Amino acid sequence: MRLTVDHVTRYVYDRPVRSLVQSHRLQPSVFAGQKVVDWSVTVSGGQKGAAHKDGAGDLVQGWTVAGPVSEIVVAVRGTVETVDLTGVLRGFKEIVAPDCYLRGTTPTRADANLAALAATADGATPLDLAHSLSAVVADAITYKPGVTHAHTTAAEALALGVGVCQDHAHAMIAVARVRGIAGRYVSGYLFSDSDGQAHEAAHAWAELHLPGLGWVGFDPANRTCPDDRYIRLGSGFDAQDAAPIRGIARGGGKEEMDVTVAILQAAQ
Amino acid sequence: MTQFNEMYLGQGQSQSVRSPYARLQDWVAAMPQELRSLKQAEAEALFRRIGITFAVYGEGGDPDRLIPFDMFPRVFAAAEWAKLEKGIKQRARALNAFLVDVYGRGEIIRAGRIPARLVYQNEAYEKAVAGFVPPKGVYSHIVGVDIVRTGPDEFFVLEDNCRTPSGVSYMLESREIMMRMFPDLFRNNRIEPVDGYSEKLRRTLASVAPKKCKGEPTVVILTPGHFNSAYYEHSLLADLMGVELVEGQDLFVDGEYCWMRTTEGPRRVDVIYRRIDDAYLDPLCFRPDSMLGIPGLMDVYRSGGVSICSAPGAGVADDKAVYTYVPEMVRFYLGEEPILKNVPTWQCGKSDDLKYVLDQLPELVVKEVHGSGGYGMLVGPKCSREEVERFRAKIVENPGNYIAQPTLALSSVPTFVEEGVAPRHVDLRPYCLVGERIELVPGGLTRVALKEGSLVVNSSQGGGVKDTWVLAE
Repeated sequence: MRLTVDHVTRYVYDRPVRSLVQSHRLQPSVFAGQKVVDWSVTVSGGQKGAAHKDGAGDLVQGWTVAGPVSEIVVAVRGTVETVDLTGVLRGFKEIVAPDCYLRGTTPTRADANLAALAATADGATPLDLAHSLSAVVADAITYKPGVTHAHTTAAEALALGVGVCQDHAHAMIAVARVRGIAGRYVSGYLFSDSDGQAHEAAHAWAELHLPGLGWVGFDPANRTCPDDRYIRLGSGFDAQDAAPIRGIARGGGKEEMDVTVAILQAAQ
Repeated sequence: MTQFNEMYLGQGQSQSVRSPYARLQDWVAAMPQELRSLKQAEAEALFRRIGITFAVYGEGGDPDRLIPFDMFPRVFAAAEWAKLEKGIKQRARALNAFLVDVYGRGEIIRAGRIPARLVYQNEAYEKAVAGFVPPKGVYSHIVGVDIVRTGPDEFFVLEDNCRTPSGVSYMLESREIMMRMFPDLFRNNRIEPVDGYSEKLRRTLASVAPKKCKGEPTVVILTPGHFNSAYYEHSLLADLMGVELVEGQDLFVDGEYCWMRTTEGPRRVDVIYRRIDDAYLDPLCFRPDSMLGIPGLMDVYRSGGVSICSAPGAGVADDKAVYTYVPEMVRFYLGEEPILKNVPTWQCGKSDDLKYVLDQLPELVVKEVHGSGGYGMLVGPKCSREEVERFRAKIVENPGNYIAQPTLALSSVPTFVEEGVAPRHVDLRPYCLVGERIELVPGGLTRVALKEGSLVVNSSQGGGVKDTWVLAE
């Protein structure tokens, strides 16, 4: 599938900021499931900083903006050719040991309820178990925006019984770890083909490390594995660690952020 | 348990003074009580005037309390030091090889020589630097190896400090003060100087400047600020090296480099000797609430724009559970037998070890895996039955959090006390520098347990410091 991305983040400050530094994970991952046709990231008034590929295979790009400025626009535009690999991250180069992800972080730590939820999943093979874990997470946390927030933990989302893709991914990582499977958080985009299902264009899901397959994506929010409607950007322990944009402004007043994301199927 | 007094050979009638201490015996004998009290007061006044009052890294306690200084030096013969030096350098090489390996392919884990869990699930393992090899393949540029002695030829490593070991200012200032108070001692003994440390440190730091740096590298020391207990040391080292002492707010990232604000405009920084923890280095990579660090620093670091010493992630090599495997690292990476021995260590997380530890508890020293400063530890033979039982309950509750070691008969060195001179237990922290070359200044920080019979040398537990001499051949 050929997908076009138009992702604009606008930061508005009520008093001008002195300077701003950002770290981006906004480049589509390089693997057999996707190929960049064209891609550009711009930061208004920004200077491109250092770039590197990190140990988890993500392309990280730094940016700095010299102030004073009252508004900064980060625009991501591009076209990606995707292939359905039923979630398998084939042909991806990275060096981080999967065991690294067995370490819990605050949002992905399993409490007694998550441990109990993890125990309800079963499967003859690790792959079956992973599918079952994804299903029990989807059943336990109903998709409903506006209730949870950026710092909600997996345990809190489970207690509420509702959440968004971020909460599903955190819960998935938590239950996987309970069952001894390494899991990580993935951020990216999702093309919605207006099938009436719940999903978000700026999306997140989880990857589990399975014997023989390596990293495999699971999207409990949509009860599926990532296919050719998904574009993968980067990964981390949790939402904060995998955030496509991390930034800090020095000086200046209150920040308001406005995000628009449009994912469309391009004409062949 | 027989204890080795470093000044003497043998016991009772047959006791003789060991040669490194021969001249000191005359010195002590010739010093009247009044002069001694006077000199002791003078030493304390000097320390206080210099303002050196901090606690050694992670030990907590009152930051403004003066750490007692004992005037009786601790002495090593040239041959003794030569062996220690070899052993310390060997260890520093192995620890760095380990760090490059575990952030790379992890061969030592693939070879089954160290459990994956201990490394990859370690809180000090930084995923953010996986795949990165710092300049010259060095992660830990200043390795502080804590060593204890139990006999003329018996040395054990108690722990390694690969992040930012502190206390070197005590080594420098103790010497300075001793030379000022007892110039004759330094004329009559051939004592190796330690004042070359700052120049060696500067050279070491400059030698790991990034490839992108052309010309003479700009080195800075990054401190958390004057409220930090080791601030004195940070400013002393900056002064001695002739480099800027900066806080996070003095540095910023622009484009592909890190810069320092100066009155003449921004100046590029090539090497940062940081005295702050990984978690606070860069809010865009680690703790987002950190105000001490420099936003964007890790992106510059990873792309080779600046060097950070010690390298982020170095802490995974000095964890108390990883410590057990350092001799294995020496064999694996260097193909050599370790020159310095580890203290035999039982990991309470292993069920066989736990059983032994619980059986022998009153005889053992038990420590928290991530603990430091002599807090949260049990010295079995020195504790009451109730204290031992209370500790037993803590171990049973969370075995993985504890390691146990035999109670070592730590060596002692004569020390000035109320009644005159008496033996007190000591340890040693030398500071090994690793850059293009590996260097070790002949000396270190000798900590002394001032309480009679005490085996805990930490300053938070009543420990003091001594000047450490290495005699020339």
